Amino acid sequence: MKKLITISIFLFFGTAVFAKTIHVDKQQNVKTIQQALLLAVDGDTVLVSAGYYHEQNIVINKSICLIGINHPVLDGDNKYEIISIKADGVVVDGFKIINSGVSSIEDYAGVKVYNSRYAVIRNNILDKTFFGVYIQFGFDCLIENNTINAYNKVEQESGNGIHCWKSDSLRILGNTITGHRDGIYFEFVKNSIIWRNVAEDNLRYGLHFMFSNDDAYICNVFKNNGAGVAVMFSKGLKMIHNYFEENWGDAAFGLLLKEISDGYIENNVFEKNTAGIFMEGASRIHMEKNVFKRNGWAMKIQASCMDVNVHNNNFESNTFDVGTNGNLVLNNFTNNYWDKYEGYDLNKDKLGDVPFRPVSMYAMIIEQNPPAMILFRSLMSTLLDKTEKVLPSLTPENLKDDHPLMKPMVL
Amino acid sequence: MKKIIKYVIIDILRNKIVLAYTAFLLLISISIFNLEDNSAKGLLSLLNIILIIVPLVSLLFPAIYVYNSSEFLELLVSQPLKRKTIWLSLFSGLAASMAFAFFVGAGIPILLFEATPTGFMMLGTGILLSVIFTSLAMLAAVKARDKAKGIGVVILLWLYFSVIFDGLILFLLFQFADYPLEKLMVGATAFNPIDLSRILILLKMDVSALMGYTGAIFKDFFGTQLGLIISFLVLVTWVLIPTWLSLRKFKHKDL
Repeated sequence: MKKLITISIFLFFGTAVFAKTIHVDKQQNVKTIQQALLLAVDGDTVLVSAGYYHEQNIVINKSICLIGINHPVLDGDNKYEIISIKADGVVVDGFKIINSGVSSIEDYAGVKVYNSRYAVIRNNILDKTFFGVYIQFGFDCLIENNTINAYNKVEQESGNGIHCWKSDSLRILGNTITGHRDGIYFEFVKNSIIWRNVAEDNLRYGLHFMFSNDDAYICNVFKNNGAGVAVMFSKGLKMIHNYFEENWGDAAFGLLLKEISDGYIENNVFEKNTAGIFMEGASRIHMEKNVFKRNGWAMKIQASCMDVNVHNNNFESNTFDVGTNGNLVLNNFTNNYWDKYEGYDLNKDKLGDVPFRPVSMYAMIIEQNPPAMILFRSLMSTLLDKTEKVLPSLTPENLKDDHPLMKPMVL
Repeated sequence: MKKIIKYVIIDILRNKIVLAYTAFLLLISISIFNLEDNSAKGLLSLLNIILIIVPLVSLLFPAIYVYNSSEFLELLVSQPLKRKTIWLSLFSGLAASMAFAFFVGAGIPILLFEATPTGFMMLGTGILLSVIFTSLAMLAAVKARDKAKGIGVVILLWLYFSVIFDGLILFLLFQFADYPLEKLMVGATAFNPIDLSRILILLKMDVSALMGYTGAIFKDFFGTQLGLIISFLVLVTWVLIPTWLSLRKFKHKDL
């Protein structure tokens, strides 16, 4: 036992003694980062002073910490990928990374992780990069507090802010991403967490999931993107405490669920979206304590969805509460608050005594014939809605909330 | 001209119907804003009042008034006054009192409780609708000599603008569902001041829903500065054309 302790103490001090710090400064011996990387061995730290560095492609293939002091600028001259990480345990901290190359063949990025574990990319400012941070076959990587901006106009010529492919156990925390194609893109990524990020004004989606299972995104803000969040072909996702705001336009939604199963959607706020949630082929989704406010459609739930449980949500000031495209309803709505509910509560159990049908006749008419929107809120459409309430014919019979709340939930 | 307008307004005030209408609007708007827990629902109820009650009253009251003051009109015509002056004074007096009744009855509660773009749009369109339907009522009254017929026509006009026109549009939309009708619909609204006002208000109230699907086309037209100006010009045209037609008829009418 004693031997073991001595050995481990020696091992500990051993690394501490041999790891060195290399300063990169225009005024000193080591003038470029490339030079420093040649000198460095595993475990070293490279400190880079403030300044302007044109270093072409910086390939890090040793486990080192690359730390910038006062955000030194790494310029890719619109030609190169700026930092390529090809070793485990690399830290890139505190740089301003600008002007990466743009290519339609290769995915150039500000910082790209190839096949590595434990990479940390922290406190960087990325400006005008094609892809911002790109993780490919990464494991247990941390992307934290980066500001990633681009100024793209067309989807075809722009990359994603944070692009993750075939990775596992990533943590993406506190980043701000604007002006990219997708703010954050996940493809074949599992067991990862996206927490406290802001994705704003991106061209396509704020956050995009493809084939990514068992991930969670929590406390993020998605505002004014082409469409808020698209979650496709994935299962076991948790979506908690996010804000989906002002995703406006034809085919724009706060949250798109396509071929999703076993999702969990809780405590989110959907405000001023054309459609708060659009669901297609979703199954076994659990939705509770969400707030839908001032959306065009709070939810559009296609007939291809099943076992979607919607309970204890607030629906307030939406133009339409629920829209659907058929008569088949395999979903369950209970105990939600609907501000359009006109029922009564005789036994004072705070639940309405008559069911509420959230799909209005006119919502169905507009679904079939979109230009009919022009007659919305006319006397004609009000009359149609009222007659439908008395004698339902067009709206799905089973889409109803049997016990709606009389007062909104306090959320 | 000023004297006749003054006389018409005093006469309308003495009549008390417009005062009752004002009180009714005031009562309803204040109770709507106080009873509803969220102001969006209050605005919705108010929208229905603006689109249904305002046109109805603005059609019926002026028409009946014109018929009942036929002797007064005959007296005025016998004086050395131009017929144009007489008719326009009558119109101005009626339109001003209807618009003022709306402003006091619905406008003041709107300004108090809901001074938002939606509220201002409602106020503007409500006043314009009062004037438009006054001018339509006067056209109907001058065209039909018989009082019962005139009032019947006015009621039919109201039915047409608030229900039948929309029914026809809906029918056309479903008959020609395979064709792109969005642009045509934008044009069609110019033929119904109620629809046009409703869309202008919707653009402020349901902007999220209108951003989707074809709504975006309406938004692209009505939502722009130019579209807004054009819509208001169309509404003003709805005042000018019936007034001009009725004036032409009145000038040569054998009273």
